[in-house]
Amino acid sequence: MTRLPSQEPVAGATAADVVLEIRDISKRFAGVVALDDVSLALSSGQVHALVGENGAGKSTLIKVLTGVYQPDHGQILYHGEPVTFARPLDAQAAGISTIYQEVNLVPLLSVARNLFLGREPTNRLGLIDFNRMHREAIDLLARYGIHVDVRRPLRELALGVQQMVAIARAISADHRVVIMDEPSSSLEPREVERLLEVVDLLRRDGVAVVYVSHRLEEVFRICDQVTVLRDGHLVHTGPVADISRLELVSRMLGRDLADVARAQTRFRERPADETTQPILRATGLTRRHVLHGVSVEARAGEVVGLAGLLGSGRSETAKAIYGAQPLDEGAVEIDGTPVRRGSPHAAIAAGIALIPEDRKAEGIVPSLSVRDNIVLAALPALSRAGFVSDRQQDAVVGSLMTRLRIKASGPDQRVSELSGGNQQKVLLARVLCLHPRILILDDPTRGIDVGAKAEIQALISELASDGMGVLLISSELEEVVEGSDTVVVLRDGSVVGRLAAAEVSEGAVMEMIAAASLASGPASDGVPGVAAATAETEDAVDGSGGGHDDY
Amino acid sequence: MSTVVRVPDRPPPAMTSLDEAERAATRRERLAGTLQRNGAFVVLVIVALLASLLFGTSFASTDNFLNVLEASSFLGLVAVGMTFVIIGGGIDLSVGSMLALSAVLAAYGSQYGIVVAVALPLAICGLLGLLNGVLIARAGMPPFIVTLATLLFARGLAFAVSNEGNKIFHIDETLAVIWLGQGSILGIRVPIVIAGLAFALGWLVLTRTRYGISVTAIGSSEDAARLMGVPVARFKTVMYFVSGLLAGLAGLLVAARSSSGQSTIGTGLELQAIAAVVIGGTLLTGGSGSIAGTLAGVLLLNVINNVINQVGTLSSYYQQVVSGVFLITVVLVQRYLSREQRL
Amino acid sequence: MRSTAAAVAMTITELAARRRLHSRTEVSAWIADNGVYLGLLLLVLVNLVLTPRFADLDNIRLQFVQVVPVAVIALGMALVIGTEGIDLSVGSVMAISSALLALYLGYGPLVAIAIALAGGALVGMVNGLLVSRFGIQPIVATLALLVGGRGLALVIAQGRLTEVFDPTLGWIGSGQVLGIPIVVLVAGAVALFVTILVARTTFGRYVVAIGGNPGASFLAGVPVRRTLLSVYILSALFAALAGIIQTSRLSAADPSFVGSLIELSAITAVVVGGTPLTGGRVRVLGTLAGALLMQLISATLISHNLPDSSTRMVQAVIILGAVYIQRDRSA
Repeated sequence: MTRLPSQEPVAGATAADVVLEIRDISKRFAGVVALDDVSLALSSGQVHALVGENGAGKSTLIKVLTGVYQPDHGQILYHGEPVTFARPLDAQAAGISTIYQEVNLVPLLSVARNLFLGREPTNRLGLIDFNRMHREAIDLLARYGIHVDVRRPLRELALGVQQMVAIARAISADHRVVIMDEPSSSLEPREVERLLEVVDLLRRDGVAVVYVSHRLEEVFRICDQVTVLRDGHLVHTGPVADISRLELVSRMLGRDLADVARAQTRFRERPADETTQPILRATGLTRRHVLHGVSVEARAGEVVGLAGLLGSGRSETAKAIYGAQPLDEGAVEIDGTPVRRGSPHAAIAAGIALIPEDRKAEGIVPSLSVRDNIVLAALPALSRAGFVSDRQQDAVVGSLMTRLRIKASGPDQRVSELSGGNQQKVLLARVLCLHPRILILDDPTRGIDVGAKAEIQALISELASDGMGVLLISSELEEVVEGSDTVVVLRDGSVVGRLAAAEVSEGAVMEMIAAASLASGPASDGVPGVAAATAETEDAVDGSGGGHDDY
Repeated sequence: MSTVVRVPDRPPPAMTSLDEAERAATRRERLAGTLQRNGAFVVLVIVALLASLLFGTSFASTDNFLNVLEASSFLGLVAVGMTFVIIGGGIDLSVGSMLALSAVLAAYGSQYGIVVAVALPLAICGLLGLLNGVLIARAGMPPFIVTLATLLFARGLAFAVSNEGNKIFHIDETLAVIWLGQGSILGIRVPIVIAGLAFALGWLVLTRTRYGISVTAIGSSEDAARLMGVPVARFKTVMYFVSGLLAGLAGLLVAARSSSGQSTIGTGLELQAIAAVVIGGTLLTGGSGSIAGTLAGVLLLNVINNVINQVGTLSSYYQQVVSGVFLITVVLVQRYLSREQRL
Repeated sequence: MRSTAAAVAMTITELAARRRLHSRTEVSAWIADNGVYLGLLLLVLVNLVLTPRFADLDNIRLQFVQVVPVAVIALGMALVIGTEGIDLSVGSVMAISSALLALYLGYGPLVAIAIALAGGALVGMVNGLLVSRFGIQPIVATLALLVGGRGLALVIAQGRLTEVFDPTLGWIGSGQVLGIPIVVLVAGAVALFVTILVARTTFGRYVVAIGGNPGASFLAGVPVRRTLLSVYILSALFAALAGIIQTSRLSAADPSFVGSLIELSAITAVVVGGTPLTGGRVRVLGTLAGALLMQLISATLISHNLPDSSTRMVQAVIILGAVYIQRDRSA
């Protein structure tokens, strides 16, 4: 455990300090560009923030750095020498370690065994020397201010402590580069403090730290340098001191402050009709670590944008309304009737439909045809006594494929063979079969081509005009601002602001996102009157909203 | 192979403080965990005590005790290998057939002398175990289907060698290999001694060596283990190799014990071994388990068998029913525990 | 056998070349989908040339009768595998059904059949609940029933082989209608039922959707738990039916041997028939062809005086090959 003497962090790294450098790295997956000519230099004793929205290329970059992926183009220099990491082990052996977002340890093994897995101290017989291992484990953790029984299984510790163990493991060897992939995402505020102290400790020890986070607080508190990725491109890199919060947010969301200042084209600017009752009323949605009393309303014909950075709770809010996100508290009502919690089936019956964020994992069923994918959710309506009506089904599929201009060789083509944009249209067709009253779209245009994107945006507008209530989430702020009537701004699982039709602008949204939160703890919801879930809605019973007891 | 059904958790019960709830859950979990780890042992003691009260010395005698131990030794050997495989997140259904194949080969090989009698079955079973390992760890095929195929193959081979099971090879009683099955060391039958050694060695390897801990890590999370630098494919291959080898050893002992090799023995042994391992507190999903628990599980199954035989009016088939019920109960308890763990 | 294998290999290569399937994955995908029909065709051709009296009506009838239990069970297994599950307990369910049939025959054959089917369905329900409600891996849940079920069957039958003499069962076991054995007709009815289920019903769609992407299915409002429960009940019902058929044919209930290792034959038939173990697809015709292929292989080997043991070894190699090819495609 030799460490360089403590040194003050310096703002501008000199060439001599550079530990790891990547030059012109490109990586494609099946024709999709994940990283395009990205260059980056990491210096010892500096914390380098890596930020960006979904699909920006952060995880691809980390995986290239740690030998999980091989770059298609470009080179990696380690201590000035070109290197190739064929496997994660190579990178680890060279002194680059990674702490993953999900604690990547073995929960059932003891703390000490986790710390020393693969490099256990052994005695002369080749057997593990437990006394020494436990002693060393205790000493090691003490460096991070952790005092636990190292013989207990890891899973008995709080998540934050587990994260510390992961860090202690990662850097108990002589590591010069430590990559932390959203290490704070599931930690309590108190635990985040501890984490930041450790990061500071690493910096003073001369380690080069890559800190991936979507929390601006942490970036501005602990990081020296910041690099912004967007759609695989490097859009900004430089000292944290030289960039304002607002500027950083605008870069992350793909907007130039200069552009933002100019007049905004907005497709929709319909002031909400306050006299009508909202169709959807979600109140006090709460889940520990995830959502803190989020309330959202949507009226007929209204597009409500849910704005916020990745990890702000926007997708979780969407899923919570749809019954697919476990909740501790909160209620969802459609036309004043409570919807049974925890059941997408009940949500669909009540008139809510969702297009999930992750098209591949949660949207399409890749082994099935376009037709089967489209009708999947609407099968009960398209069948009689359990038998699917081919006539009705083909009529629905045919009309939707034409209306949405789904490019496929026919309804029998396997959906996995379609392009991303057409897969997304298939999912849109799936929810449109349901004739929902509330449509929730979680990043519907992510990763699809410009043409399909414009079509989908126009369709959303059209659906709202026909009287549907729409909740729109996008990793592109422009899309939310241009396409929404009103915007709800989320940060760290709480609503931090609501913008009425006349107030919606990219600048206003970004200011709300960038504003330093007063308390680092969970903020309570700011809407009076609807924040508290009432006892009645809390005990939403089975059968309400026509749900069946299928789940 | 599992179908993942993502169904949201039920909301936790209202508590004044979540921390308190969490602490209570941890306490509950520890208690349940202890129960799981030592449950088989506790049940074993209770069953043995009850049997002693009911049947007196016909159960609680040194002779009967040694009988139970001897009956347990063959299953025990197989179960030690199975414990590693299951802790490592796999399953080995081929061990029963391997045992039969080994017994046939041992008896067949005894015509050519003691070296062949010992080496042939071990070599062939080791080889088949290695094949299991390579197909599972390198080619990425599902363990249950690979070992099911080996189950079929080994049994087929055993039949082929023994002329479709019609020829039963006998081992010359004067051959020294007989000692492995019928000899004694300090008054204790050799199979018991060998099984005892296997358990001791298994315990040592599982708890005190890098390999043992790595196997646990692989079963808990293969990806995490790989990222932590464990040679996953190699260790998994070793796991199945050793399981095959131990099944081969058990078959050799069975052949030596009965002075013959029959191709029909060992059907369903794999299920008994799995039952013993799981009843002993090893998670069927891998990542946690103990050799001592397996010992308790093996003994429990054989004590129950012994008791059922003592009753006389009960058919021995009840043992299978009891195993099945035990298996379901234990798996449900394990499932409950892993839910607790997620809180 | 070597010449057959060589012939198969050559034809596959030729066909592949003719269809201009260039990439390796395309070839293996084609084999995974259609290899079973090709193999069946070749095996029939080889037998027509080499096996005397192969094309005799009696022999054809015999082959079809012998394949019935495996085919019926494989159809249920195909549904289970379609959901990315597995059912190892089918052999034990056969034994339970057989034992129940013998036990309750005194109340008349129809009552006994109903009880045998109900007993099977009950086991299927336990499997289904363990998988769908308690989230236990299918292989583990059904393994427990495989162990316990066989014991239960032996307990019911008191470990004995019971001879079953009943005109109705005798008619089921060996009767014919228009020259077609009753048992074959029963299997045909089951195949038709499963075909309709898969092709025409919402239930069939749900099965493949769950196997293809359980997360997406849940989000699309598919009744995941109910569907899984039903699939395991169906599989057990078919197994119970196979038990009844087998008992009728042999005029005896032998719970220690009936259906032993049949789960493996059924899984082989399903996988050889082109249904991937990873679910998302159910191939009814392929499954039937797979069952027939395995039956013909063993019949061919036996008629050429190759022993039973070689059948097992060949079966083992075929199942490994089939799974390997399926794996190749999903990768």
